[in-house]
Amino acid sequence: MKYRSAFDIIGPVMIGPSSSHTAGAARIGRVARNLFEKQPKRVVISLYGSFAKTYKGHGTDLALVAGLLDFDTFDERIRDSLAIAEKAGMEVVFRPEEAVPDHPNTVKLKLYDDDSEMEVVGISIGGGTIEIKEINSFQLKLSGDPAILVFHQDRFGVISFVTSVLSKYEINIGHMEVARKEKGETAIMIIEVDQRIDEDVLEELRKLSNVNRVIKIVD
Amino acid sequence: MFRNVAELVSLAEQKQVKIAEIMIQQEVEVTGLSREDIIAKMDNNLQVMEQAVERGLQGVKSQTGLTGGDAVLLQNYIKSGKALSGPLLLDAVSKAMATNEVNAAMGVICATPTAGSAGVVPGTLFAVKEQLNPTRQDMIEYLFTAAAFGFVIANNATVAGAAGGCQAEVGSAAGMAAASIVEMAGGTPKQAAEAMAISLKNMLGLVCDPVAGLVEVPCVKRNAMGASNALTAADMALAGITSRIPADEVIAAMYAIGQTMPSSLRETGEGGLAATPTGRRLEAEIFGQPKPKLKDYLV
Repeated sequence: MKYRSAFDIIGPVMIGPSSSHTAGAARIGRVARNLFEKQPKRVVISLYGSFAKTYKGHGTDLALVAGLLDFDTFDERIRDSLAIAEKAGMEVVFRPEEAVPDHPNTVKLKLYDDDSEMEVVGISIGGGTIEIKEINSFQLKLSGDPAILVFHQDRFGVISFVTSVLSKYEINIGHMEVARKEKGETAIMIIEVDQRIDEDVLEELRKLSNVNRVIKIVD
Repeated sequence: MFRNVAELVSLAEQKQVKIAEIMIQQEVEVTGLSREDIIAKMDNNLQVMEQAVERGLQGVKSQTGLTGGDAVLLQNYIKSGKALSGPLLLDAVSKAMATNEVNAAMGVICATPTAGSAGVVPGTLFAVKEQLNPTRQDMIEYLFTAAAFGFVIANNATVAGAAGGCQAEVGSAAGMAAASIVEMAGGTPKQAAEAMAISLKNMLGLVCDPVAGLVEVPCVKRNAMGASNALTAADMALAGITSRIPADEVIAAMYAIGQTMPSSLRETGEGGLAATPTGRRLEAEIFGQPKPKLKDYLV
């Protein structure tokens, strides 16, 4: 089921005018920033479908940038996010694209700073609910609920080491997905969990062999 | 977990509780949060809705100037005593518009189920409140009942205008509100489902054609009509009228209709009212770049 909670329907509390094009966009921007783990210096935002046609009217541009600045959907600073980003030294480029996407509300964000870059594709499926469909060309499905992302080498045993650590801390896995581009290369684990994840759990995961990067996504 | 309206109604009948209670119990199960936390969270959403209506009734204007002030005009008209369609109905219409005028002005609202359709559920709630005198708990339950039906619609169809047109947004909101009104007025779970079906049936085919792509014209007035539709459907169901087509099949029909809608009528600002000469003129005035006109009349 795409929607799991009553608050997916009655909510979010948000700055208007559109739950999919404003609040959903802010959430996608915020998850992207979360994944990047810092404020990017430059972001290239490609908009598709309805996003490309109506982003100015819906404040989709303001909301995406607000999310990249780590603002919530009801933050009144959304209205001034472009100016705030400029002051904060974040350069943003918008590209309305002609290509027809699978979902009408699709956005691709390319985040850069001096030594790293990341590409995130998200869709806004209605009522402020979002899905992340791609991270660095890995096809996946991430709802924006609390989760851990583990980038690792595609070797035997890595999944079991990771889940052992979670089990040690009595963390239950609600949903788990593994994706890779090529056999034996970099792979990614998406683990949605029921409990709070403390920093020491992440640190222990980071120390595991063949684990390259661990990111926590918070609600 | 209930998957459709039939299961939702039968759960409520088996346990002999309101639809709202089924939604609350499921929320406890799914999130692991306590009942108190969940009620408090919905109370917070209720407060946001109250504040949005209050703000809208004081009169707001959107940045473009396309919308704002109509909620106030209608309240003044109700006060004049000349209203033909009844003060409760018009109060709901006015409060629905108040919410969406605040939304268009980039104010704070609670999406129900979406921002573009955020007026219908609170608009009807704060109007029937005047007659039914509900407790705070009853008002919170009104929102959980709406959530239960919205949950079924969102999971079996869509609530996004870009995916299913306005029938998926204001149509869903009207169906949700109709069911909540019935339950608050003391109707049965079955009657709530009938009201949802009657209401949504009469929103089928409604396109999403916002002028200049903005959630203003015709969105504010579509919320007005959604509120009026919801109240009428609720009264019909409470009178014992049933829908010949069951609620779940109405939802399926809404989804199927949405999928066959051309993209120009699904929140792209390309067809329908957006493509009228006035719609195009307003767009040019706001964004200063008129779009090609040739295909406007072909959509």
